[in-house]
Amino acid sequence: MASAEARRMRRRVANAAMLGLTAAATVLTVSVLFFILGYLVYQGGSSVSLSFFTELPKPVGEAGGGMANAIVGSGKLLLIATLTGVPIGFLAGVYVAEFASPVPAFVLRYATDLLNGVPSIVVGIFVYALIVLPMKQFSTVAGGVALGIIMIPIALRSTEEYLRSVPKSLREASLALGASRATTIVRVIVPAASGGIVTALMLNLARVAGETAPLLFTALNNRFWSRGWLDPTASLPVMIFTYAIAPYPDWHRQAWAAGLVLLGLVLVTNIGARWLLARRRRAGA
Amino acid sequence: MTTTALAGRAGAARTTFLSRLRRGDEVAYLLTFAFALVVLLITAAFFWQLYAQSPIVWDRFGTRFLYDTAWDPVAEQFGAAPFIFGTLVTSFLALLLAVPLGVGVAIFLTELAPRRVSEATALLVDLLAAVPSVIYGLIAIAVLVPFMRTTVQPALAATGLPFLGGPAYGVGYLTASLVLTFMIVPFIVSVSREVLMAVPREQREAALALGSTTWETTWRIVLPFARLGIVGAVFLALGRALGETMAVTMVIGNRPEIGHSLLGPGYSMAAVIANEFTEATSDVHLQALIAVGFVLFVMTMIINAVARALILVTTRSARS
Repeated sequence: MASAEARRMRRRVANAAMLGLTAAATVLTVSVLFFILGYLVYQGGSSVSLSFFTELPKPVGEAGGGMANAIVGSGKLLLIATLTGVPIGFLAGVYVAEFASPVPAFVLRYATDLLNGVPSIVVGIFVYALIVLPMKQFSTVAGGVALGIIMIPIALRSTEEYLRSVPKSLREASLALGASRATTIVRVIVPAASGGIVTALMLNLARVAGETAPLLFTALNNRFWSRGWLDPTASLPVMIFTYAIAPYPDWHRQAWAAGLVLLGLVLVTNIGARWLLARRRRAGA
Repeated sequence: MTTTALAGRAGAARTTFLSRLRRGDEVAYLLTFAFALVVLLITAAFFWQLYAQSPIVWDRFGTRFLYDTAWDPVAEQFGAAPFIFGTLVTSFLALLLAVPLGVGVAIFLTELAPRRVSEATALLVDLLAAVPSVIYGLIAIAVLVPFMRTTVQPALAATGLPFLGGPAYGVGYLTASLVLTFMIVPFIVSVSREVLMAVPREQREAALALGSTTWETTWRIVLPFARLGIVGAVFLALGRALGETMAVTMVIGNRPEIGHSLLGPGYSMAAVIANEFTEATSDVHLQALIAVGFVLFVMTMIINAVARALILVTTRSARS
């Protein structure tokens, strides 16, 4: 009797202990996010000023200055990335969802997943060989294309997913009215899925906005304004990297400010996209 | 599909094709198909470009490139072993820490937490995955490196265990592994959570009805059921860790040698590419870096191919 009692006790203790550990793991993981956020605000909050957004970097030793060129540079890079990566991903996604028979669809999906797993630094080398070498210069275009390639897999998979989630009845209604498949796709299916696709695009942009490695030897960096699209350009993530590993305290302050701005943009975009998605789901249900 | 149906009616095929063309179906088909081909081409071109851009390295060093430990750009001696070693050590150490942590979180979220808490926490974990690598590096330089130097590394060195000796630099394999751990935990959590949620409810209810505690149900029934999928999640995280660049570059110490202590500085494949690519002056040096990229690419491809296959198998078998 006593041993059965002891055994039950032991099982209960093990249960509580292990479940307690999983809770502790959760608290630890989530607190990392709050620590990162809190520490960036603590360190960078005082350095984010108006001049951070409007001025060029100052030479070493001079206090002040900003990262206006890096902010604009990041914007230009993201624009090119969207223009190159999203159409490829979107149209290929339409193919997988609407036209492909099972085998090509499987092959394409698998290739996309593999492409998604390519380390971003390797994408940098690829674009270096593809664009920088032939053009003999680092450029905004090269950096943008590198980010665009990184955007393709998510653009493709999200397009496919949201096109498939369009109710069959909508599709059949359009076809029954005599519309061709192309018309049905363009006028009915894509509009019905557009909300989800746009949300996925926002998440996709937030992801590549922080990418540093593929820009190191495609867009390079620039301490001045980048003219046009064929010059090297500064970007927020590369600036953070350069400033963080430099030995100047003033640069460190700028790095914290840039880090806070970048993380702020990324998180706000993320939360905004998810909020839109949740609202649409609730409206649909 | 449409074309085979047309082939049966040979006479009507031509006009039908034309009418389909006019109605836009074939145009839409061909257009989207062309872009699908572009995606396949890009994936294939990666493999080809990286290999073809480093001919001197493969000619001069051959497979010796993979296990030679000398990396001396001045003497034009290139061996990638220190970087392969550094990448593997930091990645596996990170997995060792991140798997229990991540699976633990996933268990808490699926088996224990109320739905609202679970969903809110999953959102926070997803946000953690969205934090850019360079910001992890920034914080690690400011917070983790000094903490390792003053507190953790002296304490570990004092234990006298093997591989934990030497002076405390702050930076090094262990520091890089710790940063990697927190960077890959979100991936393990989100995939494991999905896999665990795919375990049928009846499995849990049967175990609980027989008198199992929640933990026994999880450990003996739910986890074994989801085993393959969790292994897939682990491989996926490994792929991430292998290719992770910025945060590792900022804290691994950047010394191209095979270190004898986990506390000492080392180097990783991605880090050496990030640091030396724009500074490479000779063709051989640049090609050696591209070759390192090729090795890294092939390694992550294999790991990811296995991961995807495992996740596919489990989520499909759970559904049917």
